[in-house]
Amino acid sequence: MRPEPPVDRFKLRRRPPSERWIDSGFRSLTILLASTVAIVLVGIFLVVFQGAQDAIKAFGLTFLTTSSWNPVTGEYGAFTAIYGTLVSSLLALLIAVPLGVGTAIFITENLIPTRWRDIIGVMVELLAAIPSVVLGLWAIFVMEPILRPFLNFLHASLGWFPLFSTTPKGPGMAPAILILVVMILPIITAISRDALNQVPTALRQGAYGVGSTRWIAIFNVILPAAISAIIGGVMLALGRAMGETMAVTMIIGNSTNFSWSLLAPGNTISAMLANQFGESSGIQVSALLYAALILMLLTFTVNILAQWIVKKLSLRY
Amino acid sequence: MTTLTPAIKHSSLCLNPSLRRNRLDRLFTTIAGGFSLIAVLPLFLVLIYVILQGGRLISINLFTQLPPAPGLDGGGIGNALIGTFVVTLVASLIAIPVGVGGGIFLAEYSKSGPFAQFIRLGNDILAGVPSIICGVFVYGAIVATRVFFGQSYTAAAGGMALAILMLPTVIKTTDEGLRLVPKALSMGAIGVGASKFVTITRITLPSAFTPIATGVVLGIARAAGETAPLIFTALFSPFWPEGVFNPIATMSVLIYNFAIMPFDAQNELAWAASFVLVVLILGANLLARWLRRFASM
Repeated sequence: MRPEPPVDRFKLRRRPPSERWIDSGFRSLTILLASTVAIVLVGIFLVVFQGAQDAIKAFGLTFLTTSSWNPVTGEYGAFTAIYGTLVSSLLALLIAVPLGVGTAIFITENLIPTRWRDIIGVMVELLAAIPSVVLGLWAIFVMEPILRPFLNFLHASLGWFPLFSTTPKGPGMAPAILILVVMILPIITAISRDALNQVPTALRQGAYGVGSTRWIAIFNVILPAAISAIIGGVMLALGRAMGETMAVTMIIGNSTNFSWSLLAPGNTISAMLANQFGESSGIQVSALLYAALILMLLTFTVNILAQWIVKKLSLRY
Repeated sequence: MTTLTPAIKHSSLCLNPSLRRNRLDRLFTTIAGGFSLIAVLPLFLVLIYVILQGGRLISINLFTQLPPAPGLDGGGIGNALIGTFVVTLVASLIAIPVGVGGGIFLAEYSKSGPFAQFIRLGNDILAGVPSIICGVFVYGAIVATRVFFGQSYTAAAGGMALAILMLPTVIKTTDEGLRLVPKALSMGAIGVGASKFVTITRITLPSAFTPIATGVVLGIARAAGETAPLIFTALFSPFWPEGVFNPIATMSVLIYNFAIMPFDAQNELAWAASFVLVVLILGANLLARWLRRFASM
């Protein structure tokens, strides 16, 4: 018979209070740090909303539909900027979506060797890293002069159409749209690429197995399976395009006069803020903040919609 | 017994390139290839011009001198280079602790509680807030109220605006990085008697170092190139930096200011600054890519 082991061999060690303090303190700290997100978000909304109060009272909803922007008489309407924001981002999207999704297909669907796919993928990601202001500089000094003969030709041949009714004189809506395409193309490509990569292999193999060619499989099986994530990415890109500031400010011409023409100088809400916010005072600041509030609501709606689409539209395969 | 004559050509089993669907296939492949070419073309065009126009101006003076007064020649971007580092440093000092802390809360303490879901949604929305709005917010909250010793435009305010931009990236990568750490690791640590705090700081966080570092580097690279939040927070200064509570020059704002000036000397400095900025940012991106390689090993 072996002797009984002493009962207190494994003493119950109690956690020292200091350790418990550290533990709960750390937890509270992380909660506090996580809440900064909410605090900042609410702060942004409050600061912009508060500042816009005067303009909201003075101009009401007519602010959205009038296009006068006159610091002398104190009349402000943001229609030019809102129109510019919507038209530039939507047209940029129209060009960037086929390009981006096409590139994503090209680099995910085994059309070229893996090494080339990786190289194209890396290059698109690096394009996303180039600062907006550098793209703006490039747009002013390189892209716009190259583009002008083409825009002149557009005006000469299609001048009767309201969208091309003015002579291009340098900065304008059309170069801004093209630079926006360059900026949102990497987002669309990256998100579409992830979405296509996540399509289960079984779906792909099934499609090939029943005899479809590569592109029949892409159009009928793979793209429908990835469409929710792609549309989500497109919406995110739309939000980014609407909020994009520097490159657009430098090339759009910052005109407060409304024109239907894409070849004329235009304006967007963010360009207007970048240009005028620093040196305005009184009701003009308030009007600018009103415009900022509209921009925030637009991007907010688009972003929420993007998440909702990804959740609701995803195929259950 | 069936006699299968190998002489019969199973033509339907061979690829017939002239079929309509095969021709369409090739057509679409060509179109997609063309789209990819167009997609990478801007990168080349921008890089070529930045290297040609900016690279040739690289000299010692560029990094040691102040920008010239309008109309004068020569000068450099020394103050803007330092300014970019200062502002980005301030932003990192704010955004990294807050972001990593917030990410720890999301991943370790409340995985799917309503508060965590709310914070995640808020984080996604904050990531979508246009950068110019961040600038407007910091202007309204800090610059206009003169919180910092009665100073209006300060480098610190610019850094805070950039921190707001970095924050969502840091939180998201921390959250995702921590959730990739195998559960067995932290359970083992708790099992041998480590407290939650020790488990997180000694086991989970170091295991997730690579993905977090990747996200942080990408966030810093993005912040360093941002202009919109700085134009009315950090403003600009033609002088050497005078501490974080004074206006400061940054390279991105310098490019913006000098690009739209009608003077050749300023335009050239804008190109030179673009070159330096692009080299720094692409360098940071390649660093992040290199870090990521360790994560996959």
